[in-house]
Amino acid sequence: MSAPLPLEAKDVTMRFGGLKALSTFNLVMQPGELVGLIGPNGAGKTTAFNALTGVYTPTEGEVRVSGIRVNAERPHDICVRGVARTFQNIRLFRQLTALDNVRIACHAGAKSGFFDALFLTAHHRSEEARILARAEEYLEVMGLSHRRDEISRNLPYGEQRRLEIARALATGPKVLCLDEPAAGMNAAEKIELMQLIRGIRDRFGIAILVIEHDMRLVMGVSERLLVLDHGVTIAQGKPDAVRKDPKVIEAYLGDAYLEEKRIALGSEGAER
Amino acid sequence: MTRARALLRSFLPFLVGLPILVVLEAVTPPDFSLILVSVGVNVILAVSLNVVNGFTGQFSLGHAGFMAVGAYTAAKLTTALAGVELPFLPQVLSDQIFFALALSAAMAAAALAGVLVGMPSLRLRGDYLAIVTLGFGEIIRSVIENLKALGQATGLSGLPARTNLVWVGISVIATVVMAYRLATSTQGRALFAIREDEIAAEAMGVDTTGYKVRAFVISAAYAGLAGALISHAILLATPRMFTFVRSIEVVVMVVLGGLGSITGSVVAAALLTVALELLREFQAYRMVVYALLLIALMLLRPQGIFGTRELWNLALFRRLFRSPRLAAAATSGASPTEIRDDSTTGGAV
Repeated sequence: MSAPLPLEAKDVTMRFGGLKALSTFNLVMQPGELVGLIGPNGAGKTTAFNALTGVYTPTEGEVRVSGIRVNAERPHDICVRGVARTFQNIRLFRQLTALDNVRIACHAGAKSGFFDALFLTAHHRSEEARILARAEEYLEVMGLSHRRDEISRNLPYGEQRRLEIARALATGPKVLCLDEPAAGMNAAEKIELMQLIRGIRDRFGIAILVIEHDMRLVMGVSERLLVLDHGVTIAQGKPDAVRKDPKVIEAYLGDAYLEEKRIALGSEGAER
Repeated sequence: MTRARALLRSFLPFLVGLPILVVLEAVTPPDFSLILVSVGVNVILAVSLNVVNGFTGQFSLGHAGFMAVGAYTAAKLTTALAGVELPFLPQVLSDQIFFALALSAAMAAAALAGVLVGMPSLRLRGDYLAIVTLGFGEIIRSVIENLKALGQATGLSGLPARTNLVWVGISVIATVVMAYRLATSTQGRALFAIREDEIAAEAMGVDTTGYKVRAFVISAAYAGLAGALISHAILLATPRMFTFVRSIEVVVMVVLGGLGSITGSVVAAALLTVALELLREFQAYRMVVYALLLIALMLLRPQGIFGTRELWNLALFRRLFRSPRLAAAATSGASPTEIRDDSTTGGAV
């Protein structure tokens, strides 16, 4: 028997009143896999994320983490089970230092309680030391050691993004979900970031799900793509195959583009 | 050996504080002593409310209600045990032991009330939570007002005089030490995370509801302690001591000192209590001056006296109290990170 899949969504549907934001969404994440979730604006990518990480309870269908159904669980439970995320609009603990941001993410595994802290028990001190070492390690992985004691609000944008990833990693996930990690970055920074994401996957051996709407960018790094449009999964598979899928091209570039292209192709054919 | 040292470290603030307090108790004249007691009680209230309003960022307005629970619990116990004497101890000592028991019971009862109030209300946030906690505070008070056993509106009078500067001082130390150790622990950081961004905290594995309730319960317990202390200093526990105006007084102290700053709460509580005492001479203008003082302070320093910082974070304090040896250690600690930084950028290039 194989090990349970780290993350699995079966026919997940999200309805908000009359709006079907996501319909029969299926996703299977293999351990160590890098999957891209793409789609135009408003396609339901973030809705899918929220359904996977417990922010929303799916209207229909089920989400399984390590084989356990987590539909009714709160986000912190799902986080402890091994699905961590970042946010599209950065959500750091803005007034806390970079170190504290990451240390908070190490909290979930802490076994010392309030009374340990109150009486400074040996247990408390060893836990604090463990958390500190761990947090510093993740800061270093993301190249943020030099920002350790800086208030996170004051970090440059790109570093805030990386700090958010460091924080998500520190929860010790099996699956890392990154919601548009490259948003607001220039082309060079984006490529660097994608390499970094790949590096994280290779180093920690965790599965990564990346939302991105710049298609070319995810093409390069992910092994598999999932394309959403209006809440419907319109294509999935290897990047090369997905890129040529007419439905994807239509969703991204619109009918007009296809029409134009057909005309162009037609005229080309006529010339021949 | 290390175990003994750990134990020593854990109780060091009390071991240092106790002899000072005993001397203080012996030399302070009685009327001045009462002012010190009320300063101490306000410090306990402000610091404990800061755990909810400052650390966790939840706005609670029901602190007086928990004070009342503590005050009445302790009052009932001390009056019931007033004539009782532990046979193997002199009367004075046995009274003190019973008082310790009463204080613990006060904390436990207030904590229990905190659970009951916190569980349903902490699903709300912001203004809504403020109103719900205010409502609960008033409920506690009016329940007391209507219970025959608790003396209704006249309250319980003729309580034995048990509170002294040693008890108050030890309680203040216990409260401040609790807040400080909480703030520097992973539990405290979980509370800060809730204050900063609840959604992100939840996504990072912090059980936000659970931690909010915990903060609330801890805070309530210490409010109960303060209530027990003040009622055994003025030998009286009446519902009028615990109206929502009292809760607001404490909120004012916390906001004035700086939300989230332990030092701020201590300083603001002490300042305001003493200011109110000093303004006694001006009788009619007392509250006007007090209010003007608050308005001026908020206009000049809206983040409170200390902001979210602590005394030991201020540059002046560091310069005054850090020995050169420590400063050297700090700089040498900084250099390895710089080296590491160079190596990481080098690798990236």
